[in-house]
Amino acid sequence: MPCPGGGACRRREIWNSCKRSKPMPDAENTQETLLEVNNIEVIYNHVILVLKGVSLSVPKGGITALLGGNGAGKTTTLKAISNLLHSERGEVTKGSIIYRGESVQDRDPAELVRKGVIQVMEGRHCFQHLTVEENLMTGAYTRRDGRAAVERDLEMVYDYFPRLKERRKSQAGYTSGGEQQMCAIGRALMSRPETILLDEPSMGLAPQLVEQIFGIVKSVNENEGVSFLLAEQNTNVALRFAHYGYILESGRVVMDGPAAELRENPDVKEFYLGMSDEGRKSFRDVRSYRRRKRWLA
Amino acid sequence: MLNDIFVAPFVDMFAAPDFLMQVLWEGLVSGILYALIALGFVLIYRSSRIFNFAQGIMVVFAALTLVGLHAMGVPAWICILLTLGVMFVLAVVIERVVLRPLVGQPDIILFMATIGITLFLIGLGEIIFGGENKVMITEELGIPTGSVLLEPFGGLLILEQKDITAVIVAALLVVGLLIFLNKTRMGRAIRALGDDHQAALSVGISLQTIWVLVWFIAGIIALVTGIAWGARAGVSFALEVIAYKALPVLMLGGLESITGAIIGGLMIGMLEKLFEIYWGQPLLGGNTETWFAFVLALIVLLFRPQGLFGERIIERV
Repeated sequence: MPCPGGGACRRREIWNSCKRSKPMPDAENTQETLLEVNNIEVIYNHVILVLKGVSLSVPKGGITALLGGNGAGKTTTLKAISNLLHSERGEVTKGSIIYRGESVQDRDPAELVRKGVIQVMEGRHCFQHLTVEENLMTGAYTRRDGRAAVERDLEMVYDYFPRLKERRKSQAGYTSGGEQQMCAIGRALMSRPETILLDEPSMGLAPQLVEQIFGIVKSVNENEGVSFLLAEQNTNVALRFAHYGYILESGRVVMDGPAAELRENPDVKEFYLGMSDEGRKSFRDVRSYRRRKRWLA
Repeated sequence: MLNDIFVAPFVDMFAAPDFLMQVLWEGLVSGILYALIALGFVLIYRSSRIFNFAQGIMVVFAALTLVGLHAMGVPAWICILLTLGVMFVLAVVIERVVLRPLVGQPDIILFMATIGITLFLIGLGEIIFGGENKVMITEELGIPTGSVLLEPFGGLLILEQKDITAVIVAALLVVGLLIFLNKTRMGRAIRALGDDHQAALSVGISLQTIWVLVWFIAGIIALVTGIAWGARAGVSFALEVIAYKALPVLMLGGLESITGAIIGGLMIGMLEKLFEIYWGQPLLGGNTETWFAFVLALIVLLFRPQGLFGERIIERV
């Protein structure tokens, strides 16, 4: 594919973006690509370079995981896509973001929601003083298809999250962390999305609850056909539920592949899953090894 | 002395209950107008964290526009519609020219911007309509001007009909606003925006639309208070003062709370009248209404910094 930056593109970027566009060896990949991020660079406050050329693609009906440690750029990538960067003085300075063959850069977040892309932000961000049900209803803000359809979807959300139905009348600020996470995901579902950008759903939750929430995400994905782009630190859980994964490190994609392959990859095992079959390594080896990895990327 | 403060006023109240009711009624009339103005502040504050210093001048500007249009020979009811139109245009212009370029700047800068709007509107109002006092077109608007005499407890209670109208209209507006905020999609969006800007953006609530909407609501409120207050005191730039009376209401009720604005407004209106008649005039020589509300608000702030009804800050640990 042609590089979006044209001839001005640096060689490595061309290589990077071309690598992304090769067909993925996974069962899901016969499906069309919904979202394509080509080589984006994001700068905060005009000086802080956070993303240094991230490319990825989200296929229709898949769960795509975006993995990496703190500060790797996961949240920034999601916000660049959903256009929530502006209110944080961030800017996409290079590259392109294409949704369904149409550039969606510099659009109003509301327009993206209408197109079917909605973000569930890190840390839940429920409307604290609104009741759970009112929170869910705000998700339907951009919809124009009438009250009956919205009511139907409300019931659907309650089917996925029975807990929310019990708490429907309480103020969201007084519900538990898990309930707030469900509320945030439910709110996004109320917009009838095609793609949900889900940022760190496991944050601050007990492992059991994380399992439960990922299970619900999986069933929403399968039953409603909603695609997910999932940013997650919890590599272990994410790779079990996702179909495809990208690993970010300091603003770059360092590795990508089908989730099953990533799970078996020795590097991923070592760096992100904390497992190694060669036993303890000396710190010096690890360091040189990491350095080599970075250069490769 | 103690007798004058703690005993005599209450004896007076019980001795002439009809007069007490008269005092309370007048307090209620101004109280409901304070409440209305405070609501305008609260809506704008909640949705944009802007303390809208221009609310007072918007009252003047709305009243001036109404009277000015009528002076040009436009029928009274059409004047109202046109004035509403002007307030809407004002809301759109403020959003486009002032708020949008300043998004994300510190609160104090937006506050300064509203002072700028105030000065601009003062100038604009003077250029277009002139600075002299005018009379509100009460009769032309069909507001009755007579008075109703009631005889509770064998005494006499005089209710001016324009006051009754003001109370009814203001109450309807308050109730309408509450229904709007709690039951409609837009109202929910306004409240959501007040809770969490980022999240509101993420579900597709557009800041621009909501801002125009709340400034327009503030404009409607300004028009209603402008008419009601103008009918009592005439239309001049001094009307702006009524908006500053909403400040202690906000301190009392909390900047965030809609119920607080309503209850705070009614309380301040009635308490300042009661204090003036039963304590102020006999003990302090009168004219306490200008400062009583502020002192009351200060005392409340000492004990409850978030105001009496400030939205409970929900904090999970």
